[in-house]
Amino acid sequence: MAKNIAVIGDAETVKGFSAIGLDIFPCDDSEQAAHLLRNIADGDSYAIIYLTEEVYNSVEKDRARYEERLTPAIIPIPGVRGSLATGRQRLSSFVEKAVGSDIIFND
Amino acid sequence: MAVMNVNPTRMQLSKLKKQLTTAVRGHKMLKDKRDELMRQFLDLIRVTRDLREKVEAELEHCNAHFVNASAVMSKEALDAALLSPKQQIGVETHSKNIMSVEIPQFETETRTADKGDIFPYGFAFTSFELDDAVMSLDKILPDMIRLAQYEKSCELMSAEIEKTRRRVNSLEHVMIPRYQETIKYISMKLEENDRSSRTRLMKVKDMLLDKAHHYSAS
Repeated sequence: MAKNIAVIGDAETVKGFSAIGLDIFPCDDSEQAAHLLRNIADGDSYAIIYLTEEVYNSVEKDRARYEERLTPAIIPIPGVRGSLATGRQRLSSFVEKAVGSDIIFND
Repeated sequence: MAVMNVNPTRMQLSKLKKQLTTAVRGHKMLKDKRDELMRQFLDLIRVTRDLREKVEAELEHCNAHFVNASAVMSKEALDAALLSPKQQIGVETHSKNIMSVEIPQFETETRTADKGDIFPYGFAFTSFELDDAVMSLDKILPDMIRLAQYEKSCELMSAEIEKTRRRVNSLEHVMIPRYQETIKYISMKLEENDRSSRTRLMKVKDMLLDKAHHYSAS
């Protein structure tokens, strides 16, 4: 069964994604975002959920339970206000977890 | 290293020896698994890093386009233009097995047959900046989906590597030494028992001979 792609974030950032066929969920405060994320992820009809970095950082607890699952993939993207380097930190944390210390991103 | 709490019997000894060979073999295999996973993970993470940098740079471009568009169009007109999307992306998820780690493979399909059919509005009342913005966003979508696939794979693989590494370490530094110690302990104990029963027998033999024939061995 084909699943969809969701984007959660501030209205400014997500607006454009609706045009190219992604489902958008504009949302501005973190509590609402956590609720929204849980609903969307548990509904199991989304394969990928993009979160703006602000939202990504604010729902840390709620996304932890989807880490071990194959889908949904929860991926941070930079918002209109520019990148906070969350994505880079996330990759670096994977390296740290796997290798023991970050040997890729410390250059 | 603590010796396990077992009875020093031959049964236990042969059981422990079997367990030790299993542990050694398991340790070797897990170590191979960890090394191979690590190799693949490091390859993947390098690709992912480059892809993320690319996607982030392009998203920034897109956002700039959107800002331009919202500068020349009214907010209402912009919202109205994007209100009813024409295109819908579906993602087919398959899983691929790499060294017992299930990683996702995303395949996209669009609702309308024409992939370029992305503009959900007529061109009469919108500015070309909006066209640019939507077009550039559409262009990076395949990369974004690939990024999602790679990052999820990295996440799953790093968790598996951590688990495997713990297992390897516990086998190497705890289980195997403990088995070895215990085996040594049991075989020493058995030898000791052997010796003590032998001397006892010799002693008894001497005593019997002495009693029967008043014969002394020494």
